[in-house]
Amino acid sequence: MAMAESDPNVAGTIPRALAGRRFGDRAFKWFTLLMALTVFVLIVLIGCELADGSHLALRQFGWRFLVSSEWDPVSEQFGALPFVFGTLVSSAIGLIIAVPLSIATAVYLTELAPQWLRQPLTIFIELLAAVPSVILGLWGIFVMVPWLRVHLFPWLKGAFGFLPLFQGPIYGLSMLAGGIIIAIMVLPIITSMSREILRSVPGLQREAAYALGATRWEVTRIAVLSYAKKGLFGAVILGLGRALGETMAVTMVIGNNTQIAASLFAPGNTLASAIANQFAEATGDVYLSALFELGLVLLGVTVLVNAFAQLILKTFAGPSVTPQN
Amino acid sequence: MPFTSNRTPAVPTPASAATPAAPATASPALTIRNLTVSFGTNKVLKGVSLDIAARAVTAIIGPSGCGKSTFLRALNRLHELVPEARMEGDIRLFGEDIYGAAVEPVVVRRRVGMVFQKSNPFPTMSIADNVTVGLRLNGLRNRTLLAERTEQSLRMAALWDEVKDRLNAPAISLSGGQQQRLCIARALAVKPEVLLMDEPASALDPLATAKIEDLILELKRDFTIVIVTHNMQQAARISDLTAFFYLGELIEYNTTTKIFTNPAKKQTEDYVTGRFG
Amino acid sequence: MTAPNHRRRRFKNALMQVFTCVCAVLVTLPLFLVFFYLLKSGIGAVNGHFFTQLPAPPGETGGGMANAIVGTFELLGLAALVGVPVGVLGGVFLSEYGHSRLNWWVRFAADVLNGVPSIIWGMVVYGLIVRHGLGLNLFGAQVGLIDRGYSAWAGGLVLGLMMIPLIMRTSEEVLRLVPNGYREAALALGIAQWRTVVQIVVRTALKGIITGILLALARVAGETAPLIFTAFGNQFWNRSLADPIAALPLQIYYYAIGPYEDWHRQAWAGALVLLLLITVINVSVRVLTRDRFSQRHS
Ligand SMILES: Nc1ncnc2c1ncn2[C@@H]1O[C@H](COP(=O)(O)OP(=O)(O)O)[C@@H](O)[C@H]1O
Ligand SMILES: [Mg+2]
Repeated sequence: MAMAESDPNVAGTIPRALAGRRFGDRAFKWFTLLMALTVFVLIVLIGCELADGSHLALRQFGWRFLVSSEWDPVSEQFGALPFVFGTLVSSAIGLIIAVPLSIATAVYLTELAPQWLRQPLTIFIELLAAVPSVILGLWGIFVMVPWLRVHLFPWLKGAFGFLPLFQGPIYGLSMLAGGIIIAIMVLPIITSMSREILRSVPGLQREAAYALGATRWEVTRIAVLSYAKKGLFGAVILGLGRALGETMAVTMVIGNNTQIAASLFAPGNTLASAIANQFAEATGDVYLSALFELGLVLLGVTVLVNAFAQLILKTFAGPSVTPQN
Repeated sequence: MPFTSNRTPAVPTPASAATPAAPATASPALTIRNLTVSFGTNKVLKGVSLDIAARAVTAIIGPSGCGKSTFLRALNRLHELVPEARMEGDIRLFGEDIYGAAVEPVVVRRRVGMVFQKSNPFPTMSIADNVTVGLRLNGLRNRTLLAERTEQSLRMAALWDEVKDRLNAPAISLSGGQQQRLCIARALAVKPEVLLMDEPASALDPLATAKIEDLILELKRDFTIVIVTHNMQQAARISDLTAFFYLGELIEYNTTTKIFTNPAKKQTEDYVTGRFG
Repeated sequence: MTAPNHRRRRFKNALMQVFTCVCAVLVTLPLFLVFFYLLKSGIGAVNGHFFTQLPAPPGETGGGMANAIVGTFELLGLAALVGVPVGVLGGVFLSEYGHSRLNWWVRFAADVLNGVPSIIWGMVVYGLIVRHGLGLNLFGAQVGLIDRGYSAWAGGLVLGLMMIPLIMRTSEEVLRLVPNGYREAALALGIAQWRTVVQIVVRTALKGIITGILLALARVAGETAPLIFTAFGNQFWNRSLADPIAALPLQIYYYAIGPYEDWHRQAWAGALVLLLLITVINVSVRVLTRDRFSQRHS
C-alpha cells in the first residue's frame, strides 16, 4: 500500500517546479494525517467532556456513587447501582436470546442454506440492522409489550412462577421487555459479524472434512466452527458492547423504574435509558452532573468491552474482517 | 444441486472404445466414461474416458490449467460443492455408479479419500485427533481401537516415529512436510479404497518430497492411488501408468515407461521432454 | 457401502439444517413484523398534510411533520459537512500512507469510536456547545463560534462526528482495493503524488466512497438519543441554524411516549417515512454495489 517517499537527501538537487510539487505532496500528506488523527482527538474529547460534566457528582459522591442504590433527585442523593444492575441484566437477557440465534443464522447463511436463499437473507439481516432504535421502540411499546403482557408473561409466570425471576405483577413494560428489545437490536449485528468470520474460514478446511466423508453439518462442526471459535467469541463481545449502550428502544419499553427488583416482570432501567429519560427534567446542577457520571460509567464499560472485542477480532483474521456498524 | 449426470448406458463401454488407447487392466478400480465438467460457460474437461487400475499408481500430468485437479475432484464428487460446476458422464467405482441416484456423496468420499496440494490439517485439533476424526465421524468410539488405528495410519504415513511422543500436540506445531504426511495419515485412517493426491509434494522441500514418494510406493500395495503431479521425474519414479491431459482432453494414456520412453503422440513427447508446458 | 451410524448422521444433518433455518426465520421475523405494523398503523396518516403541515398543538388532531422532515435533511447536510471531509481524507491517509503502527492505532480507535453509544456522543456535544457555547480565545479576545443553547449546529455536529469513524473505515477499505498499478502508472507519468491520489486513486474508488457516505448518512438519519441533547426538537419551522430544530426521529419519540391517540398515529406515519427513507438508501446502495454479494468461498 505504501508509496515510496522520495529520498530526502536529493531535495537540494531537484528543479524548482519539482520543489513546488514536493511541497504539495507534503502538505497533502500532513493534512490527511491530521484528519486521521481526529479519531484520537475525539476519544480524548469524549473522555474530557464527560469528566468535566460529572465533576460535581464525582466530588460529592466519590466511589460511593458506584455502589449506592439510592437515586433521589429531591434530596439530591445519587447512586448508580440500579442502573448498572439494569444494564447488566438487560444485556444478559439480550445476549442469552441473541447469541444462539445469531450464530445459528450465520451458520445457515454460510454453510447450510441453499445458494439462492443466501443473498436475500443477508439483505434482510442488513436491513434489520438499519432499523433505527426509535422505530423499534415505537413498535415495542404498541405491539410487542401488549403481546408480552397478554401472552408470553402470563405463560412464563404459570410455567416458571416458582422462580423469583418470574414473580410479581405483570405490567408489560419491564426489564424482560427491555432485554428482548436489546436482543432484536443486536441480532443483526452479531449475525453479520459472525457471517463475515465464517466466510473467512479457508475453503480448504471445508474440503478436508468433505474428503473424509463428512456431512454438511459435520463439516461445519469440525472444520468451520472450531476454526472460527475465537472470531465468533469476538463477534459476541462486540454484540455485548452494543447491548450495553442501546438507548432509545430500551428506554421506551423498560419502564424506567429506579428500584432494583428481583423479578424480570418489574420495570427497570439502564444507564443509557436513565440518561435519556431524565435528562429533560434534570434541572439541578448536581442532578445533571450525576447523569453525566452515569454516562462516564457507561463510556468506561463500553469502551473496554469494544476494545476487547476489536483486539480479539483483529488477532483472529487480520484487517480483512472489519466490523460492520 | 445444480448437478446433472447424463447417464451413458449402464454397462461400461469396453476400454478400447475410449478415444486414447488405454492399457489393459484386469479389473479397474475406477472406470471413467465421457467425463465432461464445466464451470459456468467454461468447459474444462471435454469427454475424458479412462480406466484407473487397482493397486497401482496412476499419474496425471499436463500443463497447469489443463483440468487435472478438476478431473481428480470429479472422482470423489467434490464438484457438487461448487455452485456453478456442471458435470456429465459416467464414473464407476468397482462397477458401481458413484453418481447413482441412491448413492450419497458422503459415502463416496469416504471410499475415495483425498490429499490436497496445500496441507490442511484441522488447526484446532491435536495430531491424534486429526488422524482419527474420520473414524469418529463414522461412529468409532473405542479408545483402544482409535489408538491402534492412529498408530497404524501414522506408521503408514511414515510419521509415527516423529510424533509418537507428542500425539496430543496441536497439528499446526508440525513442519510443512509433516503436516502433509499427517493429512495423508488422516485420509488413510478411514481405509479408503482409492486415494487421490493433488500435487501433494509441490509445496515441500526435496527431503520431504522424497519421503512422500517412498510412502506412495509403499501404499500402492494396499491402495489405488491417483496422483496429479507437475514434476516429470516424480511421475516417472513412482507411477505405473501415466495419463497426459492437455486443454481438457486426455491426449495419451499408457504405462509410465511407454509414455516417457516412447510416447505415441507428438504433444506428449514435447511435454515429457520439457519442450513446452 | 453404508456405515453403521449412517442414518443417525444423516438425520443429524437434516436436523441441523432445519434448526438453523428456523433460527434464520426467527432472526428476520422482527424485520417483517416492524414493516407490517408500520404499514398497517402508519399508512393512514401519511397524506398531503403530513408532508406539508406543522405539528398540531397538543390535544388537537391533524397537522403533519413537514418541519421534522426538512429538519432531518438539514441536520444530515450539516453532518455531511463535518463527517465527509474528515472521514474521507482520514481514509486516504490510512490507505495511501504507510505507517503500519500508527495506522493500526487509528483503525483501532475508529472501531472503538464506532462502538461508543450514541447517547454518549449527545452528552459530549451538549457539554461542548449547548452548555457553554463554542468559542476561541484569540490573543485574549473571545471569538464566539457557536452560541450556547440547543441548535441545529449542535445537532449537525453530533451526527457529523458520529459519521467520521464510519466513513474513515469504509473509505479506507475501498481505496485499498484500487490496484497499485494505477498509482505507479500515474507516478511514472510524472504526476505529483497528491494529484495521483486525488485524481486517480480517489476517482477510481469514488463509487465505493459514496456508498460508504450514503450508508453512514442512513445510519445517523435514525439517531435519536444524541439529538435530545443537541437539536432538541421544535414544534415550528427552524428560522436559524442557531435555534433548536425538529427531526423525524425526535418527533417520533416525543409522539410515541405522549398521551394522545393522534400523536401515536403520527408517530407511526413518521416512522414509516423514516424507515422507507433509510431502506431506500440501503437497498439502492446495495444494488449499485452488487458484486459485494457475489463473492463466495471456493
Ligand atoms: N471452482 C472453479 N470455478 C471456476 N473455474 C474453475 C474452478 N476450478 C477450476 N476452474 C477452471 O478450470 C480450469 C482447470 O483448472 P484445474 O483443473 O485446477 O487445472 P490444473 O490442471 O492446473 O489442476 C482452469 O482454467 C480454472 O480456471
Ligand atoms: Mg491443480
